Amino acid sequence: MQCKVDVLIVGSGHAGAGVALALRRRKFVGTVAIVSEDPSPPYDRPALSKDYLAGKRSLQQIMVRPLSGWADNRISLFLGESVVRVDPWRRIVATSDKREISYETLVWATGGRARTLTCPGSTLQGIATIRSLADVEFLRGCIDRVKDVVVVGGGYIGLEAAAVFSTLGKVVTVLESGNRVLARVCGVTLSRFYEEEHRARGVDIRLSSSVEAFEGGNGWVSGVRVSSPEGFVAIPADIVIVGIGIEPSVSPLLEAGAKGTNGVAVDALCRTSLPNVYGVGDCAEHANFFAEGQAIRLESVQNATDMADTVAKAISADPAPYCAMPWFWSNQYDIRLQTVGLSRGFEEEIIRGDPREGRFSVIYRRNQRVIALDCVNAARDFVCGKELILSNGVFSPAALADRAVSLREVMNNT
Amino acid sequence: MALLVVTTRDGEVHRLNPTLGQSVMQAIRDGGIDEIRALCGGACACATCHVYVDAAFADRLGAPAPDEIDLLDSSSYRTKASRLACQLALSNELDGLAVAIAPEE
Repeated sequence: MQCKVDVLIVGSGHAGAGVALALRRRKFVGTVAIVSEDPSPPYDRPALSKDYLAGKRSLQQIMVRPLSGWADNRISLFLGESVVRVDPWRRIVATSDKREISYETLVWATGGRARTLTCPGSTLQGIATIRSLADVEFLRGCIDRVKDVVVVGGGYIGLEAAAVFSTLGKVVTVLESGNRVLARVCGVTLSRFYEEEHRARGVDIRLSSSVEAFEGGNGWVSGVRVSSPEGFVAIPADIVIVGIGIEPSVSPLLEAGAKGTNGVAVDALCRTSLPNVYGVGDCAEHANFFAEGQAIRLESVQNATDMADTVAKAISADPAPYCAMPWFWSNQYDIRLQTVGLSRGFEEEIIRGDPREGRFSVIYRRNQRVIALDCVNAARDFVCGKELILSNGVFSPAALADRAVSLREVMNNT
Repeated sequence: MALLVVTTRDGEVHRLNPTLGQSVMQAIRDGGIDEIRALCGGACACATCHVYVDAAFADRLGAPAPDEIDLLDSSSYRTKASRLACQLALSNELDGLAVAIAPEE
């Protein structure tokens, strides 16, 4: 079966849906289709590890648009179908349903698959990830029957899941192989803050701890054998959540000759090395201005939607390079974190406020310039962050650290 | 909760029939109006669902939380009528609520 589309988007997450909607907002008149291995229409992914997992929001409430919204925008959806092969010269993709779709422009927005463990017992049932709607439907289905929850991975997904399950009254253990949680994304101050907040609510955060094996009975997981500096320990588990990152889903593109060592490499207009093929979102490796020009993948809604806007502009012959300020948020318990900028490569942390009061910001500096802020229940600092970073100013550390002086005043006074 | 009136940026007036309990942001999105980005999905973590609320309804809404106020402050288009649509839950007292979508930053 064959069909032809002007803009074919592979992936229905925030980046893929974002490209389609941005094209229509810009009054693009060509045909637009999204093909996705996800059988669900586009939904809000951050809610999967927060309100949706907790049962506080319904399925309808996390849909990016009602189903009719896609048809009303003349955006075709081919769901539950994956692209298995790309021919960039004939501009045709082949799908898992044996369909061939020709395109004028291809946008690769597949994100990635949740990493899994391969240790003994890893094929037991009850070992879950949190990446897709189906993952969380499974978890919501068995939440009432479980008591002991083991979370593998102390990143945002793991900690958000731990917060949800702990609030629901489960006995929660978090296993982090490194010496602090969130090690890849923040400094020590924020790591220690979250460790204390989780422990204060009864979550057992175990650092320097790795999974040796899963144990089970009747095909379902019943425990985790953990290695730590103290030796081996067995932790009971009715369910295990593995939150150890994603592998970008770019094989068909790389097989077609696209460049990329960590996802698919794209330039400032989100073009891959293949003609007429763009890459956006979690799967797109790009030189990010806020990471000192280093090539990174940035897994956030901001990156997905801003790259989507970049592609829509490029396709609409109004190109502008991607250089949006990164920002991110995480909600755990009543702790609202908002981050702006990228802290990687920071040289110093300036603590603004008192973490023990649960309301503070960490200001990251490199070469005396502010490069990022992690704001905890401190939206007032968050909203000044972008300007503070872009100003490239050298501000007095004492002023930055003083909550009695707003960051707005600090900028005005310098 | 029979009526929500939404004026889009072009001045067009849309009469929506929302679901009781949903937020104004969700009602606008479900009503087929695409203008609101709502990037954080309603988590009160950004300011891309900025609307102006008709003065007649101002005191029927709960006061904004400090976070909402701080986020609205980041908008160059903030007025006394500004609210984040994701923080406004539609109740029967708000039947007939009229909002206008604020300019995009």
